[in-house]
This record gives sequence, C-alpha cells and structure tokens, in this order.
Amino acid sequence: MTYLESIGKYFLMIAEMFRKPTKWSVMKHLILKDIDDLIIGSLGIVAFISFFVGGVITIQTALNISNPLIPKYLVGFATRQSVILEFAPTFTSIIMAGKVGSFITSSIGTMRVTEQIDALEVMGINALNYLVFPKTVALMLYPFAIAIGMFLGILGGMAACVFGGYTTLDDYILGIQTDFDTFHITYSFIKTFVFAFILATIPSYHGFYMKGGALEVGKASTTAFVWTSVVIILLNYILTDMLLG
Amino acid sequence: MIEVKDLHKSFGDAHVLKGISTSFDKGKTNLIIGASGSGKTVFIKCLLGLIDYDQGTISYDGKIYNELNESQKRDLRAEIGMVFQGSALFDSMTIAENVMFPLRMFTKQSKSEMEDRVDVVLKRVNLDGAHGKMPSEASGGMQKRVAIARAIVNNPKYLFCDEPNSGLDPNTAIVIDNLIQEITDEYQMVTVINSHDMNQVMEIGEKIVFLKHGVKEWEGSRETIFKTDNKAVTDFVYSSELFKKVRKMYLQENQ
Repeated sequence: MTYLESIGKYFLMIAEMFRKPTKWSVMKHLILKDIDDLIIGSLGIVAFISFFVGGVITIQTALNISNPLIPKYLVGFATRQSVILEFAPTFTSIIMAGKVGSFITSSIGTMRVTEQIDALEVMGINALNYLVFPKTVALMLYPFAIAIGMFLGILGGMAACVFGGYTTLDDYILGIQTDFDTFHITYSFIKTFVFAFILATIPSYHGFYMKGGALEVGKASTTAFVWTSVVIILLNYILTDMLLG
Repeated sequence: MIEVKDLHKSFGDAHVLKGISTSFDKGKTNLIIGASGSGKTVFIKCLLGLIDYDQGTISYDGKIYNELNESQKRDLRAEIGMVFQGSALFDSMTIAENVMFPLRMFTKQSKSEMEDRVDVVLKRVNLDGAHGKMPSEASGGMQKRVAIARAIVNNPKYLFCDEPNSGLDPNTAIVIDNLIQEITDEYQMVTVINSHDMNQVMEIGEKIVFLKHGVKEWEGSRETIFKTDNKAVTDFVYSSELFKKVRKMYLQENQ
C-alpha cells in the first residue's frame, strides 16, 4: 500500500512539475546551471570509467576466445556490441544514479530541511517546477555524455587490444565495423532518454518529500540510489524486450 | 488587516487548532505565543497558506483566502514576506542574489532597478557592503537581517516571522526586534511573529495572542499582559524568577 501511495505521489509530482512555470529569464539560468552540475560535471567520471571498462571487456573477450576457428576480429565486435547496447546506456546510468542521483536528492533534501522549499512556496513559486523541471531538462542532454562514453569505451578496447597484444589493430577495426546495425544506436539512445528522466525525477522525489534532519537527507540519498537503480534495471529489461525482442 | 474566524485544523485524530478567532492589524507587531505543541506553527502555516485548514476563514484585507482562485492566491502570496526560523536563505546564492530573488521572480524591473532596490533594503538592515558574501559566510544575526531584507524587498503588505530571535545572542536579538518593529511602522505592514522569546513579547508585543492546546487562551498587549490574572498566561510568561520580579515591580509601580 505504501509503495502504491509513493508511486501515485511520484506521478502527481511529475504532473505538478509542469504547472505554474517559472519565468523563462530565471528558468534558463537554472537549466544552464544544472547542465553544468549534472552533465558537464559528470563527463570526467563517465569518460574515465568508459575507457577502462571498454578495455576490460576487450581483454576478457580476448582471453576467453581460445578456439582457433573463432576469428580474432570478434573481440572488436563483442566490445562494440557490449559497449553500445548495455555498458554505455545502462551501466553508466547506474553509476550516474550514485553520482547525479545522490547529488539531486541531497541538494533538494537539504533545501527541505533548511526551509528553503517552504520559502519558495510562501512566495507563491511552484517549487517542483523551480527545482525539478530544470534538472529534467538538463538531463535530456545525458545522451550526449553517453555518446562520449560509447566512443571512449570502444577506444579503450582498442587501446587494450593493441597495447596488450590481444589482437591486431586491423582485426579490432574490422570487428567494430562488422554487422553494424544503426538501430542499436537508436535503441541505446531511446533507453538513455528514459533513464535520464528517471535519473532526474526519482532522486528529486526522494529529496523533495523527505522529512527530518541531516541524517534523513543521507538516508534519502541512499534510498534514491537504490530505487533509481531498480527502476533503471527494470525499464532496461522492458525496453530491450520491446525494442529488440 | 488579517482576520481569522473559527479556524480548525486536524491531523488524523489530533485536533491541533480548535476554533481560533482573532485579527492582526496594519502597522502593528502581532505576536503569537504559547508552549511547544500549542499549535503556533500550524496556525502560522495556515495563515501562510502552507497548510490547508479544515474549517473557518482567513481573510486578508477582506479577501477570504479559500475563496481565491490560484492566480489570486499567487498574487496574494507575492504580497507576503516571511522570515523563517533558520533564515531559509538560498545557500547557492550570494546575499544580494537572495534579496533580489523576489524581484526577479515577481517584477519586470531592469537589473539596475533591482540592484538599486537591493542596495536600499540592505542598507536599511545595516548590511551595506555584504552583497557578495555567501549565506554560509554570514553570522546568525546577519543571516536574519538578510532574511528580513528579502522579506521586505518587494514591499509586502504582510510580514510573518517564525521565531526570528532563536539562536541569537541577547544584543543581536534586540537589534532584530527593533528592526522588525521599525520596518512594520515604516512600511505599514501587518506583522505576525511566532515567538517563544519573552523579552520580545515585552519589547515589541503590540498585540499578543496566547495559544494553549490549540485554543486562543488569551489576547492582549505588552501592557495588559502584566495585569492579567489568567493563570495559563502568567504560568507561561512569568515562569522565570526574573520575570516574576519584573511583573511584581511593574504592578507595584502602576498601582
């Protein structure tokens, strides 16, 4: 019953987020600030993780291909498929649930604890539109970070392949070009848009409706991370079944 | 003028406000006092429209809050200034940006006009030159003064303060009290203060409403509070030996 109530409250929050819009001159600054905080500020960690995980996927694949009948270019093929289909959109989103999600929950939660949200409401400002809407818009640029993640993941794989001596550069490049289906990129970006919306709204929900003090802000951040991850994993399954199944 | 008639509010089985009726006049500092759990915070949140009440009416200069549509409520809220207990300054903004915030949200003034107005109100609260500081760099007293500046920057008709002296040393508390009283007179606002501070009651309580268990137990002024024989009020206000002596001396002098 509590879960159903929370789900209902979450959807009401989303509906409320679009009502009574904040003045555009103020909103544009909020959106730009959130793009800086949430997207630009995450590029470093996305790039770092993508590059090295791409490398690890390549090494693991290469080490597990012992049959001489399997062509060497398969290493590049497997890396590309893993990075584009799952690693970049899903795995990175789970990491972002920890980084961006906990940032959103704790910043909004702290505003709740310190009565800053009450101050907005007393002034007649729609606090959900003021706080959550710009984050949602900012995270619509999240696919841009994922595109960089895809590129660096494949690049990391190439570096591991060449410098680790697992296969030749030509084989790797042949592998990443083999049987390339552009719909896989579309599928990946559709997932990324959905995950971006989840990354903005679930942590905001946990921050906005939290009660208590500093300790509860920490708890809300943890809860937000858990639920954001759970919803991303579930939606990943549903979207994959719908789009590729 | 704010007029409250037969205000009721319950949370589940807990009947928090039980038919409160009172009024708060323009140009006066009105204090709501009472022990913890007496319903002061719920009462002030009902006045601010942060909590929906169950029964009764609250009218702002004749406009009944619950009969207003969303747009009229928004217009009314733009006329309200609020000083929160913890100041509630936006910690991502500088002091000047905090004060400018209501102007940016509700007016079409140019940047230079807004900056001029910010200069005026910061000067009024003796914070000239603190524009670029972040709230975290300001002391408790400074933060309260910034909160007051933010509350009055848009020339509100109604000013609400939730325990404006909490956490301040006695000297700073007196400065804040005097500032609130001066600006109430200067801007001819209806000022409603939620307070625990008996010094504040004696200093600036032009009208005092005493709540007990969600009921208006007594109302009067800082003059009449000395003379009242209402036991609930005297037990609460004169709980310390010092205040008992002050009251005794006052009564002896005025006999």
